[in-house]
Amino acid sequence: MKEYQSWGRVFHYEHKIRPVLWRDSDLRLNELDAPVLPFGLGRSYGDSCLNDGGYLLDARPLNRFISLDREKGLLRCEAGVSLAEILKLIVPHNWFLSVTPGTKFITLGGAIANDVHGKNHAYAGTFGAHVTQFELLRSNGDRLLCSPTQNTDFFKATIGGLGLTGLILWAEIQLKRIESPFIEEDIIKFDNLDEFFEIAADSEEAYEHTVAWINSSATGASLGKGLFMRGNNAAPPFAETPHQPSDLQITVPFDAPDFVLNKATMRALNALYYGQQAAKIKHRLAHYESFFYPLDAILQWNRGYGKRGFMQYQCIVPYDDNHRAIQQILEKVAASGLTPSFLNVFKTFGDYPSPGMLSFPRKGVTLAIDFANEGQATLDFQDELDRIVLDSGGTGGYAAKDARISPAFFRAFYPQMDEFSQYVDPKFSSSFWRRVTGRRANNQ
Amino acid sequence: MKIAKETTMKKNLIIGGVAAIAAAVITKSNIEKSRAIRRDFVKTRHKVLIVGATSAIAQETAKRFAEEGNDLFLVARNEANLNAVADDLRARGANKVETAVLDLNELSEHTGLLEQVTQSLGGLDIALIAHGTLGDQEASQSDFDIARQELKTNFLSIVSLLTLIANQFEAQKSGVIAVVSSVAGDRGRGSNYVYGAAKAGVTTFLQGLRNRLSKAGVTVITIKPGFVDTPMTAHIEKGPLFVGPDVIATGIYQAILNKQDVVYLPVFWFGIMSVIRHIPEGIFKRLSL
Repeated sequence: MKEYQSWGRVFHYEHKIRPVLWRDSDLRLNELDAPVLPFGLGRSYGDSCLNDGGYLLDARPLNRFISLDREKGLLRCEAGVSLAEILKLIVPHNWFLSVTPGTKFITLGGAIANDVHGKNHAYAGTFGAHVTQFELLRSNGDRLLCSPTQNTDFFKATIGGLGLTGLILWAEIQLKRIESPFIEEDIIKFDNLDEFFEIAADSEEAYEHTVAWINSSATGASLGKGLFMRGNNAAPPFAETPHQPSDLQITVPFDAPDFVLNKATMRALNALYYGQQAAKIKHRLAHYESFFYPLDAILQWNRGYGKRGFMQYQCIVPYDDNHRAIQQILEKVAASGLTPSFLNVFKTFGDYPSPGMLSFPRKGVTLAIDFANEGQATLDFQDELDRIVLDSGGTGGYAAKDARISPAFFRAFYPQMDEFSQYVDPKFSSSFWRRVTGRRANNQ
Repeated sequence: MKIAKETTMKKNLIIGGVAAIAAAVITKSNIEKSRAIRRDFVKTRHKVLIVGATSAIAQETAKRFAEEGNDLFLVARNEANLNAVADDLRARGANKVETAVLDLNELSEHTGLLEQVTQSLGGLDIALIAHGTLGDQEASQSDFDIARQELKTNFLSIVSLLTLIANQFEAQKSGVIAVVSSVAGDRGRGSNYVYGAAKAGVTTFLQGLRNRLSKAGVTVITIKPGFVDTPMTAHIEKGPLFVGPDVIATGIYQAILNKQDVVYLPVFWFGIMSVIRHIPEGIFKRLSL
C-alpha cells in the first residue's frame, strides 16, 4: 500500500489521489474541486510535496523511457522515472547523470522541480542546468514545450518551481560521459573549520566531486571537525581491485522507539563514525553507489528517527575568511538542548548560475543538519538559525528540505517569489506554498 | 526409560542432520540448475508476442524481455499508449519492437494478426496473453449485452488467439504460451462471477490445451494473479494483499523461464485459494464475497 507522505514524516495529511497513467491522458484538471500538486517518490523532507486536503497527481506511473541517444548522451523519458532506473539504463553505456543528489530514489520530475544539486556544483551547477527540454501540462490543457529557447519563462519558472507551474510530463537531459562506474576517492580527516576550508580550497581545481560530513557534537577547538570526501570519475586500467557495492539492501522495518535516538546515542554514533578512520587520508576506488548514494543502502532510514519524524535544515552562507556564520550555527547546534544529528553535510557551492527562477543553490558554503522532531523547540531553534543566515547575507528555506520557515523569512530569502508567482498555475498549489505565501487551503 | 529417550534423541539428531545435509545438497543443485536454465534462456534471442501490451502487468513483464535484447511484437488497442510502451522497450534494449493496434474483440482479425507477427519477427517462440477488462459486475448482471461483451473480451478472444497460436506451436513442436488468468476463476463469487466465469473458462481451456500440447513439447502456463495494484483496480480500496505489477511480472518471467504449468502470484494465493475452494458450497453460498 503506497503512502503519500514526505520523507521527514512530520505531516500526516489527507489527500485525494489521481494517478497519471499516460503522458497523453486527458486529466481534466480544471474540473477538479481542489488544488492539485504533482507527486513523485515523496523524498522532499517537509511539505513541498504535500497538498493537504487537495489532490496529488501521482506521476510514478509515468515511468517510461522515450529515447536514449547513446552517441550524444541525450536521454528523454517520462517525468516519473526514478534516477535509480535511469542509472540502471545508462551506466552500462558509460553515461552518468551530470548532477546527482545524495539519493537515487527521486523522480526526474522531482529533480527538476526542486532543481537539486550534488557534490559537483562548482563544476556542473544544478540538475536543471542539464535539462535540454521538457513538456509542461497546464490545468487548462495547454501543453508547453519548454527549453532554453522555447517558452523560456516557463522553462525558468518550472526548474526549481516545486511542481507549481504545471505537471512535467517528460523531459530530456544531457548526460555525462564516464569511463567506468568507479570514483577515485580520497577521505581526509579535518580537525576544525579552518582546516575544512583549506582542504576545500586545495581540492577545488583537481576534484570534481567534493563533500564533507561534520561531527555536530564537537565543540571548542575541534568545532567543525569531520571527514572530507573528494573524488573524480575513474578510468581503467585500475591499479587496485575496484570496491564492489554490496547487493545487500537493508530496510528499517518499523519506527525506531523515540529513546533510540537521543543525545548519548547520537554522540556515540558520531564518535564511532569519525573515529573509524585512523589515518589522516585514505584512498579508495569506490563504486558510484557507495560514493554518491551511501544512505540508499538502508531503505526507509527515515524511520530511524521514530514516529515523531525529523526535519532537515539547510542553508547557504557567503564565503567569509572568519567563517563567522558557520561557526555561530555550529556552536548554537552543539549548545542547544536538541538531539544532535548524526550526518551533517557541509559543502561548497561555486558560482555556476542556477537556471531556475526559485532555485536554491548560489555561491557560498552550504550546511545541512538533521533534527529529530521535538516539537516547538525544534521549530524555534531553526528560526534562530534563519536569523543568523539572513544577517550573514545567506539563504535558507530550501523548499525540498523545509518544513517550517516563516513567510517573512522566505520572502527575505526569495525576493523573486512575486515574479515566480505569475507562472504558478491557478489550479496548482502545495502545503508549502500556502504556508510561505500565508494563504489558506483551497484558495490557491 | 531414560536411556530409550536419549537413544531416540540421538536418532532424531542423526535423521535431522542427514535431512539438513540432503536439503542443502538438493538446494545447491537446484540453485545451480536454475542458474544454468537462466544462462541458456538469456543466451537465446527469443521472439515474443505480447497481447494487451499496455496493461500494467504486460508492461512490467515486457521490460524484462526488452532488457535482455529480445525481439518483441506488441498488440494493444490505444495507439498512443502502445507507442509509448514500444519506445520504452526500445530504449531499454529490445533488439526489435514491432506493434499492431487492434481491438482484440475483432476476432476475425486474429488470423491476419498472427501472420503479421510471425512474418515480422521471423517466427514466434513465446506468446504472453495479458489483455482483459475487469467489468462492472452489477452492470453485467442487469444487462446481458454487457455480460456478453465481458465474456467475449476475457474468454472468447483468448480462445480465438490460442487456437491459432496452439496450432502453430504444435506444428513447430516448440513454444511457450503464457496466459494471464486469475484467482477469480477458481471459485465463483457474488461480487464478480461474470469475470470469474470467463477466467474459469480460460483456466479450464488452458488445462486441456496443456494436456494436448505437452506431447508436442509446447509449454502452456496458467498465470493466476491475486490482487494487483494497477489502473484496472484503481477504484478498489487496497488492502495488505495487494502487490505491484512488478511482482507479478517477475513471477511471469520466472514461470516462462522454468516452463511451469500453473502459477499463483504471489505464491501465497495458492494457500488462500485452496481454503476458498474447499469451503462447502452450503456454507460458501451464505458468505458475502
